[in-house]
Amino acid sequence: MHFDALLLSRLQFAFTIAFHIIFPSFTIGLASFLAVLEGLWLATRNEAFKVLYLFWVKIFAISFGMGVVTGVVMSYEIGTNWSVYATLVAPVIGPLLAFEVLAAFFLEASFLGVMLFGWKKVGPRLHFAATCLVALGTLISAFWIISANSWMQDPSGYVRMADGTLRATDWGQVIFSPTFPVRFGHMVLAAYLTTALVVGAASAWRLLKDHEEDESCLALKMAIGMFAIVAPLQLLVGDASGKEVLRVQPAKLAAIEAFWDTRRAEAFHVVAWPDEATETNRWEVAIPKLGSLITAGRVDAEIKGLKDFAPADRPPVAVVFWAFRVMVGLGLGMIGLGAWGAFRVWRGGLPDDRWLLRACVAMGPAGFISVVAGWTVAEVGRQPFVVYGVLRTAEAVSPVTTGEVSVSLIAFMAIYALIFGFGALYILRLMAAGPLAGAEAPVPAMPRPPGYALAAAPVEPEERS
Amino acid sequence: MSLDLPLIWAGLIAIAVLLYVMLDGFDLGIGILFPFAASPAERDTMMATVAPVWDGNETWLVLGGGGLFAAFPFAYAALLPALYIPIILMLLALILRGVAFEFRLHGRARSKPLWTMAFAGGSLVATLAQGLVLGGFIQGVTLNDGRFAGDAFDWLSPYSLLVAAGLAAGYALIGAAWLIWRTEGELQVRARRWAWIALVAVAVLLAAVSFATLLVHPEVGARWGWTGDRFDLAPLARLSPIPLLGAAGLAIAALGLRRRAQGWPFAGAILMFLSGYLGLAAGFFPFVVPYALTFRQAANADNALSLMLVGVAILLPAIIGYSLWVYWIFRGKVGADAGYH
Ligand code: HDD
Ligand code: HEM
Ligand code: HEM
Repeated sequence: MHFDALLLSRLQFAFTIAFHIIFPSFTIGLASFLAVLEGLWLATRNEAFKVLYLFWVKIFAISFGMGVVTGVVMSYEIGTNWSVYATLVAPVIGPLLAFEVLAAFFLEASFLGVMLFGWKKVGPRLHFAATCLVALGTLISAFWIISANSWMQDPSGYVRMADGTLRATDWGQVIFSPTFPVRFGHMVLAAYLTTALVVGAASAWRLLKDHEEDESCLALKMAIGMFAIVAPLQLLVGDASGKEVLRVQPAKLAAIEAFWDTRRAEAFHVVAWPDEATETNRWEVAIPKLGSLITAGRVDAEIKGLKDFAPADRPPVAVVFWAFRVMVGLGLGMIGLGAWGAFRVWRGGLPDDRWLLRACVAMGPAGFISVVAGWTVAEVGRQPFVVYGVLRTAEAVSPVTTGEVSVSLIAFMAIYALIFGFGALYILRLMAAGPLAGAEAPVPAMPRPPGYALAAAPVEPEERS
Repeated sequence: MSLDLPLIWAGLIAIAVLLYVMLDGFDLGIGILFPFAASPAERDTMMATVAPVWDGNETWLVLGGGGLFAAFPFAYAALLPALYIPIILMLLALILRGVAFEFRLHGRARSKPLWTMAFAGGSLVATLAQGLVLGGFIQGVTLNDGRFAGDAFDWLSPYSLLVAAGLAAGYALIGAAWLIWRTEGELQVRARRWAWIALVAVAVLLAAVSFATLLVHPEVGARWGWTGDRFDLAPLARLSPIPLLGAAGLAIAALGLRRRAQGWPFAGAILMFLSGYLGLAAGFFPFVVPYALTFRQAANADNALSLMLVGVAILLPAIIGYSLWVYWIFRGKVGADAGYH
């Protein structure tokens, strides 16, 4: 492998975006969860919801901060590393990214301040409105960025000019490109799942320590309710997404399933090691006919194999094949966990089923892993194109030197390792302490102004918060 | 009548960048002043004055960058590779400064000082990197067929270093002025002293950068009436309101400091920034990549610009409205007790 500016730019982009997406996947779901908690607290005045809100908002603040700073990197990297891409496609997806900033980022960033620091400055209703607006902002942000990405996966509504640049001819088709609805649905569900799994894991961890902590039991029930419903839905939406891939990116689909030859009644490869040199699978465990059934919905459907595509137009097979299996495997695990959890909630005894609690803890990171695996399927599977069928990744790179990109890549890895290490430490420490730790510990009493008549008297409890 | 879309967008991007420089300017300035605070508690207060708003402020940088991509892709694609190193440096520094807001709250005895350093160092490095970007931008970049064709270190020169120093002084001034406005007691007294020092530095460096710019670019010099050995008075007179605005800002800030005013030093500092910014605009308009690409050559397709303008017409007033509302919510003096919730 030759480490030129192109390969290094790809590695840097893959590293920085894979790192970035970890945070949105969590904050999109958590913002909605916080809005639900605060809404329930306002509606029922059950203090447990407030305790949970005040607890999760701290974790939200840390994650959101990391999402913001890693996101700012992304918006500049398109120019520093992919300047040719930028000039050619800006006429089409420039507005989509601009709308993301205007419609989403300002909304999130501004009301985040109110959400975190405005508890005593605005009334509860206004504060609730701020939480809702932040949650709305994260969804709007996902809308526009997925719209841009869907267009890159399956470009439509544009023409190519003589100078190579693109022009939009139909904005409706650009924004709502054919694969956009399933992708947006799949991503939002992925974010909700990821959050539910994290909330479930943290709450289960607390229950393993103290099975009478009612707040954690409540949060665990909410989380189980969420992933019990969303995980099966995700399977359906993911299946729809796979059908879209078959329709618009047959080479990617062949890589996902490691199909080499075009044939009917193709088998499903449960595991295999796709070997690009020999164009065959090694160590293949296959179920006859199931491949055609899953991907096309009919046993006798003919599916194109990789050999139908010139080697220069094929994506890397093994990465795509395995990333897909990781995502789907974990997805099936989530469905199982949801069913088990729902059964326990229904039959009672949730806080005492220690194996279920342990399983919830173990599945805590599964959402993040699935999200990164899913994006790997989508993006690596799109190679060698950056805009599918239109612009090759190799033609999109900036005129920068190998030296510059290697230094920047190492610097990103070092800084991201540092902030990820500490960010994870702080979040895990909060989770280990649990929702009541912050609520019970007395906030340090404020010194009264010296002239205050009762300056020496003990501070009243209600003055402490 | 049809709208001159590229011109409108040039104005919009210019305003986004100006707002970024003024708003994140005081956030970064507070970071630059961090090492000079008397105690950790004082640092907590300094940070608390900006904690609710820094993220919104930084979003103007995203709009500046994302907007440049969307409205002037050829300028974006020419400038960013040319300024690769300072831009990456700025991004890395902004990461450290950004996470420090939260991490400083959660760090315990051993790691809290680390994030204090990350906040101060990140702010200073981000500022210097922005100065280097600005300096490299003013010097101009080597283009061939619209693509960057220079060297990785073209941006590094005595001139860009001078600009970076000037920007650091400017941010320190606006940060100190912000603290005067938003704090009280000992911290405010200290902030006044910082503001004096920064004000002198800004006055000297702004003048130095201005003259150096005339020398770096003969075209800019010519616009200001500098013929290479003497000043031609007619063009200079026409542009004189710009330096006069800066001088007025300087006077307002200085008088404000002497009279121990609360808000005037901040207003004066803002005027000085505005003057510097307009001065640059006067030297370069209509170029977005100085003396290589005009805003018309760099502009995106008309149908993209008009679509975005519809978005801006609806969303920008809303953004300005709720941003002002957020500032209003968090108005008033920030005491040591400000913090979470
Ligand atoms: C599906 C969701 C999603 C995806 C695929 C991406 N992002 Fe993101 N991004 C978000 C969802 C998000 C968010 C939920 O809106 C974030 C995460 C946490 C946050 O603070 O906002 C965010 C933050 C965020 C910010 C900081 C916003 C601010 O200042 O408040 C920028 C500039 C970007 N992103 C840019 C990008 C770019 C250029 C991407 C692709 C190349 C990208 N994001 C992928
Ligand atoms: C957030 C989720 C995303 C993840 C995890 C992700 C991941 C990746 C990965 C792993 C690659 C490398 C593929 C390869 O080179 O083999 C890649 C490529 C690329 N992606 Fe994405 N991507 C995401 C979203 C986006 C979005 C939303 C855009 C643009 C709007 C985008 C633009 C690109 C570009 C320009 C490349 C080409 C550069 C390259 O090949 O590395 N990506 N992405
Ligand atoms: C359970 C069965 C699942 C199936 C059948 C499935 C199917 C798919 C398919 C076919 C793609 C590729 C789309 C493309 O390349 O264009 C994809 C992408 C993706 N998957 Fe899944 N998926 C499943 C579960 C999950 C889970 C549990 C998560 C996360 C919690 C997840 C997150 C993602 C993400 C983030 C992407 C990339 C974005 C996109 O292209 O929509 N998936 N999935």
